[in-house]
Amino acid sequence: MTDDALTAALATRLDAGFEQVVLAYQHRLFAFALRISGSPQDAEEIAQDAFVRAYRALQTYEAARVCALALRPWLFSIALNIYRNRVRRHQPAQTPLDDDDDDTPHLQIVGDAHDWPEVAAEAAEQRRELAMVIAGLPPRYRIAVVLRHVEGVGYCEIAETLGQPVGTVKANVHRGTRLLREALVTRRRLEEVAG
Amino acid sequence: MNKTRDTPQDTSGNTTLDQARLLVSNLRALSAVEAPPTLRSAVMKTLGIGDAYFELATPLGLVYVAYNPRGISTVTRAISDAAFEQAFREQMGGPIYPAQEPPATLVHTLESCIRGEARPQLRFDLRGLSEFERAVLLKALEIPRGEVRPYAWIAREIGSPKAVRAVGTALAHNPVPILIPCHRVVRSDGHLGQYSLGGNDAKRAMLTAEGADPDTLEELAREGVRYFGTTTTHAFCYPSCGHGHREADEHRIYFASEKAAILAGYHPCSDCRPA
Repeated sequence: MTDDALTAALATRLDAGFEQVVLAYQHRLFAFALRISGSPQDAEEIAQDAFVRAYRALQTYEAARVCALALRPWLFSIALNIYRNRVRRHQPAQTPLDDDDDDTPHLQIVGDAHDWPEVAAEAAEQRRELAMVIAGLPPRYRIAVVLRHVEGVGYCEIAETLGQPVGTVKANVHRGTRLLREALVTRRRLEEVAG
Repeated sequence: MNKTRDTPQDTSGNTTLDQARLLVSNLRALSAVEAPPTLRSAVMKTLGIGDAYFELATPLGLVYVAYNPRGISTVTRAISDAAFEQAFREQMGGPIYPAQEPPATLVHTLESCIRGEARPQLRFDLRGLSEFERAVLLKALEIPRGEVRPYAWIAREIGSPKAVRAVGTALAHNPVPILIPCHRVVRSDGHLGQYSLGGNDAKRAMLTAEGADPDTLEELAREGVRYFGTTTTHAFCYPSCGHGHREADEHRIYFASEKAAILAGYHPCSDCRPA
């Protein structure tokens, strides 16, 4: 079902339409929450909360507003707000360093590749490592990189989701991608030294 | 010093581009995760929309049971969860999701009802049905376990004695078979008749599981026996009526019609109300 078909269904019959939205978006919203939070438990709660808030908001919208809704950026931005609020409320100690004032990127490498069970597929190992390194990126880069490269969202839609200028989004995606690459290189060198 | 920050640390020539491509494709692969099945159920349950479902063991094998706060809405068979969900959405027009865990109290109640240990104290959500259909189903609910009544009996009891065919149609569309025992309603000539949840064999299996004897009932029907009379009380009953069965054989007399029973001076049993 396309987003247009989903919003049309929502405008016609909210409950049945919303079920289709959950079926269409549960995996994408969970993946997004997983990659920005780094935790499957948090991701499930964030995605669940996002759907619940989305439904409650839709209940108050008129049909015309529902039809005009850009569903994907709307859902992602709800999930993002929930994630940010959770970080602020629950786990200040675990928050990657706040980069709002200090422009120096500071990468936290969470965990250690040696702690992970050996996996046969090298690709799977690479993805685990990558997920870990992403979780260590400062939020502004992490969110931009996840939206662009994990979820495959275009720059304009990311700008809409985040309420930022397109130029800022592009800069954060590029910077974040480079930081990722550097972090991966650093990890390899550390492994070589250790191994 | 700002310059150094913008210089890539890894400058090993043309492999950088390959690495960048590999990174992008690895990043894309990170989206390939599935949400846990509990996510959808938790969302729908929190919002209180739609029906939850689970599978229940019955004399007819596993069936799907769907329920919401108003009561049980659906009992049916399906080849898979997906097939059940699809059919439910088409028929009921509302959301459906797997119960996070089988609702222990409800499952316990249903199991005791099916085993006959408890009188059904169940609530049903019959919103999609007409007044007439609801009346038919609620009347079927009054038929005791192990007994059967004709379609015409339901028609008469609900005050529409001529609507026998409509009673059959309403029972054929019973959304909660087994729990509302439409299998206890048979043709007026005593033959078992059709059954929504798997045809005649399933109806026979349900009745047998409840201690009724469908073979004997059909044999009596073939022989033209419609009622049992009790010589001691001069009451006449449907053959499966508990009252009729309690009497010893030597006190039993057989009638082919209501008229014959009444002409012989017998009166209808107040339990099974055959007239």
